[in-house]
Amino acid sequence: MKQFMIFVKKEFKHVFRDSKTLLMLFGLPIVQIVLFGFALSNEIKSADVLICDHANNNYSHEIIHKISASKSFEVKRVTTDHSEIEEAFKQGSAKIAIVIPSDIEDQIFHSTHGSLQVISDASDPNTASTLTSYISNIIMDYKQTLNAGNSPPMQVVPEIRMLYNPTLKGATNFVPGVISLVLLLVCVLMTSVSIVKEKESGSMEILLVSPMNPFTVIISKAVPYFFLSLINLTVILIMSVVLLDMPLNGSIFLLYFESSILILCALSLGLLISNSTDSQQAAMLISLMGMLIPTMLLTGFLFPLENMPLPLQYFANILPSKWYFIIVKSIMIKGLGISAIYKETLILIGMTVLLLFISIRKFKIRLS
Amino acid sequence: MNSEHAIITDQLTKSFGSFTAVDHISFEVKRGEIFGFLGANGAGKTTAMRMLCGLSKPTSGSATIAGFDIYKDTEKIKTKIGYMSQKFSLYEDLTVKENIRFFGGIYGLSNKALKLQTNKLIDTLGLESQSGKLVASLPLGWKQKLAFSVAVIHEPSIVFLDEPTGGVDPITRRQFWDLIYEAAQRGITIFVTTHYMDEAEYCDRVSMMVDGKIAALDSPEKLKLKYNVESMDDVFYHLARAAKRGE
Repeated sequence: MKQFMIFVKKEFKHVFRDSKTLLMLFGLPIVQIVLFGFALSNEIKSADVLICDHANNNYSHEIIHKISASKSFEVKRVTTDHSEIEEAFKQGSAKIAIVIPSDIEDQIFHSTHGSLQVISDASDPNTASTLTSYISNIIMDYKQTLNAGNSPPMQVVPEIRMLYNPTLKGATNFVPGVISLVLLLVCVLMTSVSIVKEKESGSMEILLVSPMNPFTVIISKAVPYFFLSLINLTVILIMSVVLLDMPLNGSIFLLYFESSILILCALSLGLLISNSTDSQQAAMLISLMGMLIPTMLLTGFLFPLENMPLPLQYFANILPSKWYFIIVKSIMIKGLGISAIYKETLILIGMTVLLLFISIRKFKIRLS
Repeated sequence: MNSEHAIITDQLTKSFGSFTAVDHISFEVKRGEIFGFLGANGAGKTTAMRMLCGLSKPTSGSATIAGFDIYKDTEKIKTKIGYMSQKFSLYEDLTVKENIRFFGGIYGLSNKALKLQTNKLIDTLGLESQSGKLVASLPLGWKQKLAFSVAVIHEPSIVFLDEPTGGVDPITRRQFWDLIYEAAQRGITIFVTTHYMDEAEYCDRVSMMVDGKIAALDSPEKLKLKYNVESMDDVFYHLARAAKRGE
């Protein structure tokens, strides 16, 4: 036990004296959160709108006001000249244009099928369809408030509720993704590199010749990264709750428990990689190529898994991050308890046990 | 089992596939002896040494280290030996003091003993002003001396040194050997591989490995007499020329 503590202390010193490791450890999550939270977002903020207002009365002004009040839009220009629309699209100064007809008042109160024209620049189809649906929502909403007092005309209006994420914020999807990415990356990369480093420098031989149990060596290598990952998790959580208004509806204890399982899983994976290679570069390459890319692409936080071809969907099942992603979303956003995610938890535990078993079997007590 | 002997090997062999790196070697090393283990590159020195340290499992044959069997008592052997490898193997990002305390610690020295040993060691090596500095900042010669002192910090019965003076200047090498003599006087058996034939002269006895076998084993004087040559260099040439294995 004393040997263990001495070793853990040494590992912490290695981490804290290596500015590159430290930067990687704590810079990575911060950069990721900032990057995904502010720069790489699939939410649309302040899209430029051109409005062609032929009515120019209270109603049309109110519609314009509603649109400009939305965070998604910025009303660039209100005009009455129809030809300006195409010009604006060509110049790229508008993403969407709305034409309000002169009989807007009539249409609101009497017509069953009004015609308010929405024109969008579909050279980017995703943005175009998102913007048009935002606009329709705003118009629908306005129409309903106006009709509230009157007996509504016979019509079926779909009433849409976006559960768990009513404002369709991107953060709810990517924060759990970033957490799993960072935890996996830090644990897999750092453990594999730190073990391979000892092999490369020759100190592993000294340790194996010493009376220290080889498993103690390995476990004490993992301990600092386990704790640092928990700190990392805390940093990400605080940042996402404070900066990105991310909800944290479920039990924090459960979240840390599940995260610990993922960390252990990643540590075992790092151990396995370090057993299979002798150079730091190789360990780094395997960790990055083998972990970062599949995790980014196949966890489901950048691209929905459901849209992928079946083989890829099956492949995603062997990624621990896929299951952890589901777990984190369930806990943070839906506020679910363990009973809802026991299946995913068991899969994660199973993966961890399997990986740990293989890597311990593979670990060479004697170097050759 | 002879308690006079620190190391006894009998037909010790290590094969990698069809290649026999160490071919049925048998020899004894007396307690307190400085035993030079010579041979050209690829002769099988390092492989033999690794088997004796427990880093590599022999294919066949037997050996006892400090009276313990290398198959059955590996854990007991570990507490009885020290090891310094070819590569420099202290932690460069730890200070001199931290390295000493770490290696002393994993050999189970008590806190009190650790403190005592650390101070004694720093004092002997004259590293007082450097004790708080990172090992990376020390010159190579100092590092090697420190690595040796750390390898014997737990007062082992035997210390294995794998080309400990590679790349070190002659003066530092001389100082290094002073440390070795000192340790030998304390009763520590020294098992050392080297490429420097002047160092071979410092040994009580040397063995010459050629193609995985021990071609000669005796004191440097007797070897020179036997082959009727002036120096250990000539003994080495005489024997190594017969080698069939390439570099």
